[in-house]
Amino acid sequence: MTIENWSCPMPLRDHPTIVMGHGGGGQLSAELIEHLFVPAFGDGELSELADAAVIDAGGLLSFSTDTFVVRPRFFPGGNIGELAVNGTVNDVAMRGAVPRFLSVGLILEEGLPMAELGVIVESIAAAAAHAGVTVVTGDTKVVDRGHGDGVYVNTTGIGTLREGADIRPQRAEPGDAVIVSGTVGDHGMAIMSVREGLEFEASIVSDTAALNHMIADVLDTGADVHVLRDPTRGGLAASLNEIANAADVGVLLDERSIPVDRTVAAACEMLGMDPMYVANEGKVVAFVRASDVDRVLDAMRAHPEGANATVVGEVTDTHRRMVAARTPLGATRVVDMQVGEQLPRIC
Amino acid sequence: MKYLDEFRDPELALRLIDDISRLATKRHVLMEVCGGQTHSIIRNGIDRLLPDEIEMVHGPGCPVCVTPLETIDKALAIASRDGVIFCSFGDMLRVPGSGRDLFSVKSAGGDVRVVYSPLDAVQIARDNPDHETVFFGIGFETTAPANAMAVYQAKREGLTNFSMLVSHVLVPPAMRAILDAPTNRVEAFLAAGHVCSVMGYEEYDPIAAEYGTPIVVTGFEPLDLLQGIKMAVVQLEEGRAEVENAYQRAVNRKGNLPAQAMVADVFTTIDRNWRGIGMIPQSGWALADDYRSLDAAERFTVTDIATVESPLCHAGEVLRGTLKPDECPAFGKECTPRTPLGATMVSAEGACAAYYLYGRFRELEASP
Repeated sequence: MTIENWSCPMPLRDHPTIVMGHGGGGQLSAELIEHLFVPAFGDGELSELADAAVIDAGGLLSFSTDTFVVRPRFFPGGNIGELAVNGTVNDVAMRGAVPRFLSVGLILEEGLPMAELGVIVESIAAAAAHAGVTVVTGDTKVVDRGHGDGVYVNTTGIGTLREGADIRPQRAEPGDAVIVSGTVGDHGMAIMSVREGLEFEASIVSDTAALNHMIADVLDTGADVHVLRDPTRGGLAASLNEIANAADVGVLLDERSIPVDRTVAAACEMLGMDPMYVANEGKVVAFVRASDVDRVLDAMRAHPEGANATVVGEVTDTHRRMVAARTPLGATRVVDMQVGEQLPRIC
Repeated sequence: MKYLDEFRDPELALRLIDDISRLATKRHVLMEVCGGQTHSIIRNGIDRLLPDEIEMVHGPGCPVCVTPLETIDKALAIASRDGVIFCSFGDMLRVPGSGRDLFSVKSAGGDVRVVYSPLDAVQIARDNPDHETVFFGIGFETTAPANAMAVYQAKREGLTNFSMLVSHVLVPPAMRAILDAPTNRVEAFLAAGHVCSVMGYEEYDPIAAEYGTPIVVTGFEPLDLLQGIKMAVVQLEEGRAEVENAYQRAVNRKGNLPAQAMVADVFTTIDRNWRGIGMIPQSGWALADDYRSLDAAERFTVTDIATVESPLCHAGEVLRGTLKPDECPAFGKECTPRTPLGATMVSAEGACAAYYLYGRFRELEASP
């Protein structure tokens, strides 16, 4: 096949080149997956579009990969190293698995200070130890100066599935309660607060954290957990839309109940952003049987990462494949998926 | 944030809605001027909670939406050049020019950067002396002082590699243009609170008097908006047409005098073409003669601009308040935030975007 005679599937034709929005976790990302990756890689486990794949390799495994290109590499509350470990550990755990092994691939830019690499590698090690996973394989490549952004990190994780676990987006069903494990938007706004050209004085700290221990405790309660999702890029809104689509159900949120840190809320207000669309790196969205809500909340709240866990909505059999929110004034609005990335507005 | 929560109190909001229902004895058409107000109204569902007597039509106060296509095409051409760092407010990036937007310029290799303040662009110019840094200076009176300050500082420092592509617009001439239109239905305005925090509201007195149109300076939170609507309805019911202030915590009669002085120094008033609306006399600001050397439109010669507006796009009627976004035949079909035909569908202040994002599925109201 040559570039000239490759035929571009329909919605992708709007963009003859990759734009930033293709990596933004919104509609453009979803189109790339639906119209390019899924058709190319078949309709097996990949097409479940969960945070991780469950595969049978002589025993059921949860398997996931993620690449981290965050800028800046060091941000309030963490750095790219621990982020790369926590992100993949969380994806693996979202299928009801115990994360066990990680690979770490580093793409380093010529000229990167050795001390920075040292700190990043040590935080990879510390984060892995905290999550109880072992780094068992890795790779390093160096690219010419100007061809990378200091450090890119890819991590791939494998975990063993808990006995009988069947947690995936398709299992959301009407009546389920929707829980988030804490305040939304912290990571994205922490990054935004230190990004060149946008710096603002705010003490917002990334929520990057491994959630596997908390999730294990939630599942140990025996609660009927249908879906777990790691609301990273695209934020809570993207995750809920993806689940509503996958399970062909509606989601109705109570806008007032969505936990948002006051400083994050103020920063979002200033930049014209909605915390529901801002990335998280240490939060889980759980769809659970309504009668099991208290058990799940108690288990989450016993962990510092889940201290602010709360119910934010419910699954409905109306307005299927759509997420809606009751506004504080009692009206209802749609919570759509963003097209690309959220942008700070003009005034 | 406490300061904001107070202005979102549902109980007080419902009480104001009750007041408005009681006060309105006949049908009234109100226009909120600013797109930020439009988004707040639609996002919070205020339009649907108001009594049937009150119709809100959405005004032209979306700076990104009214920036002329020719200026956007000029921006795209400048941003595409080697050696140029093109800085813009974020919501300008997705605005369609003739066939492309700043995002596609960026993906084709242009150095396009989002900044929150024009002063950040001045800093970028200082940090990159071997590049030309251009800031896309658009907006109403609200953003003008900061844009003026950036130009003023760059000139004072002798920064020769900084320039601004200016397309500023002014609210009062736009209000006159709306009231002058033969199809006008607007009986009262909610003036844009943030514009008035800079300019004050004296300049609206002649408009209220000449046209017999009540004008209420209004903020952006649910209670602010409802208070503004209530005050406008009271005036209409009593047959008064005055300028009143429902946003006293941010606006006073004279406005921000140092900001006005900065603007008066750097800008000069000119006739301005508004996208979708057309030429409005004396409705814009351009750089004054003393600052002409920092005008990107003069520094970069851009020729061969052939502007192409989508024939399906009715953004002009939406901006004039004569068409509701969801009445446009292309709304949600040919035109979505994914495939915008006009700026009103992508801007954070565009009325079409507000309807698409928040108000699209009104039948949800009926569901339990």
